[in-house]
Amino acid sequence: MNYTTAEMMTVAAARALSNDDICFVGIGLPSAACNLARLTHAPGITLIYESGTIRTRPRVLPLSIGDGELCESALTTVSVPEMFRYWLQGGRIGIGFLSGAQMDRFGNLNSTVIGGYTHPAVRLPGSGGASEIATSCGEIFIIMRQSIRSFAAKLDFLTSLGHGRNGTERAAAGVKTKGPTLGISDLCSMSSDPETKEFVVRSLHPGVTRRQVRENTGWEIRFAQAVEETPPPNQMELEALRELNERTAAAHGVTAGD
Amino acid sequence: MAEILSLSEAVARFVQDGDVVAMEGFTHLIPFAAGHEVIRQRRRDLTLVRMTPDILYDQLIGMGAARKLVFSWGGNPGVGSLHRMRDAVERGWPAPLELDEHSHAAMANAYEAGAAGLPCALFRGYRGTDLPGVNRNIKFVSCPFTGEELAAVPSIRPDVAIIHAQKADREGNVLLEGIVGVQKEAVLAARRSIVTVEEMVDDLALKSPNAVVLPCWTVSAVVEAPGGAHPSYAHGYYARDNAFYFAWDKIARDRNTFLEWMQANVIGARS
Repeated sequence: MNYTTAEMMTVAAARALSNDDICFVGIGLPSAACNLARLTHAPGITLIYESGTIRTRPRVLPLSIGDGELCESALTTVSVPEMFRYWLQGGRIGIGFLSGAQMDRFGNLNSTVIGGYTHPAVRLPGSGGASEIATSCGEIFIIMRQSIRSFAAKLDFLTSLGHGRNGTERAAAGVKTKGPTLGISDLCSMSSDPETKEFVVRSLHPGVTRRQVRENTGWEIRFAQAVEETPPPNQMELEALRELNERTAAAHGVTAGD
Repeated sequence: MAEILSLSEAVARFVQDGDVVAMEGFTHLIPFAAGHEVIRQRRRDLTLVRMTPDILYDQLIGMGAARKLVFSWGGNPGVGSLHRMRDAVERGWPAPLELDEHSHAAMANAYEAGAAGLPCALFRGYRGTDLPGVNRNIKFVSCPFTGEELAAVPSIRPDVAIIHAQKADREGNVLLEGIVGVQKEAVLAARRSIVTVEEMVDDLALKSPNAVVLPCWTVSAVVEAPGGAHPSYAHGYYARDNAFYFAWDKIARDRNTFLEWMQANVIGARS
């Protein structure tokens, strides 16, 4: 079956999740990946959105973080202060699945501004839940489209702490959780190097070259000693993803996962 | 004790120029009808507080009602930017907008501290981020018992909180359910509050002894405003108008298109 690079990215991200995971879901690309996992190999996964909806099972991808279906299909819905205090800060969530406008080699994310803070070239939405998701969840998975602008050597603003600007800042800031362990793009899958903490390419999606990855990365990206090829999406994964996107498009008039 | 008022009376009595105003509703139950009345009554120099400024705050900012924005995520959910907010921040139109920018965790804690009558909120947050460097309202303190460093932000104590809910009874007791966000905290943290509701009923017909009810003596004014959360939604009444959220992107992109739309649909429309 033919598939797009966006489909490969979402499928690769979904595969990283398992049936027993408790996952805090960001809107957009993370939401698509998390729900695809739930609809394929991880039907028991607990998905939590910052609107307070716990173990939600939406039929379509939500357009906003607080769509009605998230509440209607949830095990329970709590207030937003309870969500951030008892559930996130309380350490009850294993994985935070995030995205952003910019990421650096240490998995730090910018979702605040491009350019200076006071007079930005582009004013982005801001942290939302991300700043504390990044430090309170057990570990962080990141999904982003890869380009020379989004995979930046230096962030314009650090909204959400990865491993810090030198790879060692989590411990220095008193943060005990693991931080970014996995990065998925439309070109490759990366994991955090156990020593240096920078993202290292572990597998290339089918048809993608090392040169392509280098050309779309703002720093000199490292490759693992044995780089594998990401297994392409199988029929079951693709059908589930396309059905999800079709239901979503019919419900919203567009694809919320894009 | 809550007074049952018309929307124009409630806004005229309880929202003043220069007020700190929190209009809350986390995607759900956003008080559009009340916000539009604030625009029609031409309130100015407001400090607008809201975790997730979306279309309603884009409209208030674009119409020049705001001096300052206290927020943690500003965007059109699932669609993109708030063009009026960006125009104010990036180019100062129609007026410069001061930002007091936080994370969701900070604002949720700050509302809760406000409701609890505390001067500040403590939480485990902002570690390693650049936000404390651009916002003097983010500090760090040591726990007196363990020495752990914790983030501190001032509690949110609005002059007036405005929310939309499903029902109120004739006394002005209010029921809200579904995604309840921070609305209970916002009302209890505020000096005054306006609650618009889908319907006034004789009996709230509570399905659970733990239903979220704001007793009438915690609310200044209750206003019947059916459809008052549109284009957001009211659980049990109507769904989110996602098509309008997409349409807004085009309306808000251009200053003149925006002003014409506001004139036709808000200023010219009766409450």
